[in-house]
Amino acid sequence: MPDLTVKIAGVEFKNPVIAASGTFGFGREYGQLYPLSELGGISCKGTTLHKRSGNPPPRVTETPAGMLNAVGLQNPGVEHFIQEDLPWLSQQGTRIIANLAGSAVEDYCAAAEKLNDTPIDMVELNISCPNVKEGGVQFGVTAQGVEGITKAVRKVCGKPLMVKLSPNVTDISEMALAAESAGADAVSLINTLTGMRIDIRTRRPIIRNNTGGLSGPAVLPVAVRMVWQTAQKVKIPVVGLGGISTAEDAVEMLLAGASAIQVGTAIFTDPYAPLKIRDGLAAFMEETGVKSLSELVGGVRPW
Amino acid sequence: MKEFDSQLCKIVSAKALTADVFDFRVSAPQLAELASPGQFAQILVPGHTLRRPISICGIDKARGQLRFVFQIRGQGTRELAAFRAGDSLEILAPLGKGFPLDTSKKTLLMGGGIGVPPLLGAAAVLGEQAVAVLGFRSQGAVILEEDFRRTGARVLVATDDGSYGFQGLVTDLAAGESFQVLMACGPAPMLKGAKSLAQAKGAAGYLSLEQRMACGVGACLGCAVALLDEDGREYYGHVCKDGPVFPMERVKEVS
Repeated sequence: MPDLTVKIAGVEFKNPVIAASGTFGFGREYGQLYPLSELGGISCKGTTLHKRSGNPPPRVTETPAGMLNAVGLQNPGVEHFIQEDLPWLSQQGTRIIANLAGSAVEDYCAAAEKLNDTPIDMVELNISCPNVKEGGVQFGVTAQGVEGITKAVRKVCGKPLMVKLSPNVTDISEMALAAESAGADAVSLINTLTGMRIDIRTRRPIIRNNTGGLSGPAVLPVAVRMVWQTAQKVKIPVVGLGGISTAEDAVEMLLAGASAIQVGTAIFTDPYAPLKIRDGLAAFMEETGVKSLSELVGGVRPW
Repeated sequence: MKEFDSQLCKIVSAKALTADVFDFRVSAPQLAELASPGQFAQILVPGHTLRRPISICGIDKARGQLRFVFQIRGQGTRELAAFRAGDSLEILAPLGKGFPLDTSKKTLLMGGGIGVPPLLGAAAVLGEQAVAVLGFRSQGAVILEEDFRRTGARVLVATDDGSYGFQGLVTDLAAGESFQVLMACGPAPMLKGAKSLAQAKGAAGYLSLEQRMACGVGACLGCAVALLDEDGREYYGHVCKDGPVFPMERVKEVS
């Protein structure tokens, strides 16, 4: 059996498959289907200092090989997460990543501080939600913005800190470098690509927010490219996500330079996708004589 | 014990009821055992990222079967309709909260068009306590009438053009009935009328809603619906987990 464990920012994951934020809630729903301990970790639904009601519907629609969403960070707030969700979630035997979003630096910091004395394993700083005007993406689209917010949260955050990057930028590796220089322990990429669909009969955008974030298999090549470019520039670990739906996709992402991967939209197609990806990854390693993940990470042989 | 699961289920029979409405029975003993009327399934159409939410029309625990009657609404359901007996479908079910059925209460089941199928499961439980008032565009669109009759329910049919049964709205046809509970599934104007009728009769009312959906289990928060809490404050609930059946007074606006 190949070794699937991976250490990111000092946190050991039993396997490199993490459920992506926004697709897995706080774990309860899919916990009906399989023990959450099967997963390397869970990145929880984006959480803000105060609760948010989210965007009006429709919030989702299918697109070729993917989907658009504009949920708008509906969440019960960080206190509710700590009091109501975490006590259960932290007993499930998997790594817990709290995904933090916000609209002001102070809010991010206040929420991060509240998480210091909780059993979460890592904070994922969400500065890339494209669906809320003040949802943090204003920090995520310039190197200066990334550096500023990361530095501020780093000061107060006692947990390992991973910064989730937006692909809606000119050069994502510059954003990763900014996060690294400001003290991030890891970066995760990519969040969704801003997109739009229009109902040609009503001439209305299908998503009530007009635009939404594109995810699913359609974005995999973009994500692989961005992870590849970023991994060459930063020294901190890169967690790769964006359109991974099979074990082969996961191997590609690892070869591009990701140390671990997140699975999101594929869970909607098949709730068991994270486990199938994990098992397929192990089978691939076995079959190709790869004994540990580190042999794959960044192993692409570019022309 | 799981409350729902995703399983590969073999289609036992597949037939067309009208030009665009199809009737599938699938073998799914474990899922059927868990299901109750008004719940739904997320059916995977190969090649599509999002599953299609389809209401459960019938639950046959003895045979271990679920029945789905669905309409072609887009490319996904068009492809689904091409499946045949012997093929298999990946089905995530049963999902959501169904109809709260009370066999001691006279219940009016009001369905419009493709909103009719989920009510059949309710009729099967309620039998003679149910009056089913079913509306369709025209005679050619009438589905499941005999199935409803076989449950013991009284059945009234309306068509928009009067080509079959009562000409006019189901809400008008139902106005003469007496009942303690109303359960409705159909287009928004019908649901609005159903709510008014239930209020006028002093009956409890439940509405089955739909919304564009992704996960189907309450994880992604995609299928938002504006609801009112006990104090009348508005919030976004979710059709997949809080519904699809909601007490009518909790639905902020039927749209």
